[in-house]
Amino acid sequence: MTIADLSKEKLNYLLEMAREFEKNPNRELLKGRVVATLFFEPSTRTRLSFETAANRLGARVIGFADPKITSGTKGETLKDTIMMVSNYVDVIVMRHYLEGAARYASEVAPVPIINAGDGANQHPSQTMLDLYTIYQTQGTLENLNIYLVGDLKYGRTVHSLLMAMRHYNPTFHFIAPKELEMPEEYKIYCKENNIKYVEHTDFNSEVIADADILYMTRVQKERFTDLMEYERVKDVYILKNDMLEGTRDNLKILHPLPRVNEIAYDIDDNPKAYYFQQAKNGLFARQALICDCLGITLDDVKNDTTIIK
Amino acid sequence: MKKELQVAALENGTVIDHIPTEKLFDVVNLLGLQSMKTPVTIGYNLPSTIMGCKGIIKVADKFFTDEEISRLSVIAENMKLVLIRNYEIVEKKDVVTPDQLKGIVKCANPKCICNNEPMPTLFNVVDKVKGVIKCHYCEKEQALKDVKLL
Ligand SMILES: [Zn+2]
Repeated sequence: MTIADLSKEKLNYLLEMAREFEKNPNRELLKGRVVATLFFEPSTRTRLSFETAANRLGARVIGFADPKITSGTKGETLKDTIMMVSNYVDVIVMRHYLEGAARYASEVAPVPIINAGDGANQHPSQTMLDLYTIYQTQGTLENLNIYLVGDLKYGRTVHSLLMAMRHYNPTFHFIAPKELEMPEEYKIYCKENNIKYVEHTDFNSEVIADADILYMTRVQKERFTDLMEYERVKDVYILKNDMLEGTRDNLKILHPLPRVNEIAYDIDDNPKAYYFQQAKNGLFARQALICDCLGITLDDVKNDTTIIK
Repeated sequence: MKKELQVAALENGTVIDHIPTEKLFDVVNLLGLQSMKTPVTIGYNLPSTIMGCKGIIKVADKFFTDEEISRLSVIAENMKLVLIRNYEIVEKKDVVTPDQLKGIVKCANPKCICNNEPMPTLFNVVDKVKGVIKCHYCEKEQALKDVKLL
């Protein structure tokens, strides 16, 4: 599933389902079902989030966290692994280092596939939790000023978020060093979809004064071809507490985590910091994604009699 | 006049004309002509008033499907197919870029699943005029003129 392809109705539907799970995350809605988590590329936090989502709905979970100890390295094809596991489970959550792996798996597998990230390509569950967090903190997704900061060139989460937000009339601000600026194809995407955007290389309190959402990303050294440029900009895209003076009251700071140094630690205590709650929302967003692909509807979730209070 | 004679020499079958000389053997490979059972005549480095130099292929008793013809679009534009029945030209066909290319070209992205798994490649043609295709799997856009045949 590509979030960018989903209709506004479908996105809103999934967000509403996530909200039901936020109200009551513990249920036996998936009792008797088995969920596989196949991580061909390790990602502890994403795996834990999916496994918690399944466990809190009463499903059992099987899978592997590290492909080194599984058949993947013995030369078995992805298809063979997927076909074998499909015999055992009701849904497969997979993460893979190759791009398009999840789409291919979904074409060969008799059970639904949830993409938990495939190389540099997609990470739909991250996008869902980002959308949900924006909606939760702002009370709406419509007409917001969203500031994306840091690595806008390689950061796939910002690209997916940008595309998913096209339904909601946002104004984006792209704050990045020249070498990591928003790629041309996404600026074209904005123009084609009537998404307003402003580009900045400076990052200071004046620039972010009108922000509703400040979405921070890591600026990684290995992304730079010019290390002089890296040394010059590495401290520019760090958010410091004093920069938040004069920002909007409703501003929330998001980050896909893990962070390195791009958000100063003293911001953690600022009420505008929201990245840990954002990570928690991953649980509800993933509960919605798992249920949706198993054919469980929003009505089923609302009328669920298996809630554990 | 000479060309008329070349075409007329075929009783039934297909003439593929205006093939860029350097792409001639790509056409042979793509259509699998080396395994044909009927006579295949290949003309290489023939003088052409439009192209300077061209290739031409005549395949006896063979009429290609539209799908096969559309495959040729990945090799070059402006190739022409002439269908011959009973020594007469019955139809001329242009090579038209299809909406999808399945199992014909290779994805340029080494990290794409289709380069790492025994599976057919699949591309959607996003811009026929500029010749841009997009991998169905990794979603990378690539220029038709740069892609390699499988
Ligand atoms: Zn590809």
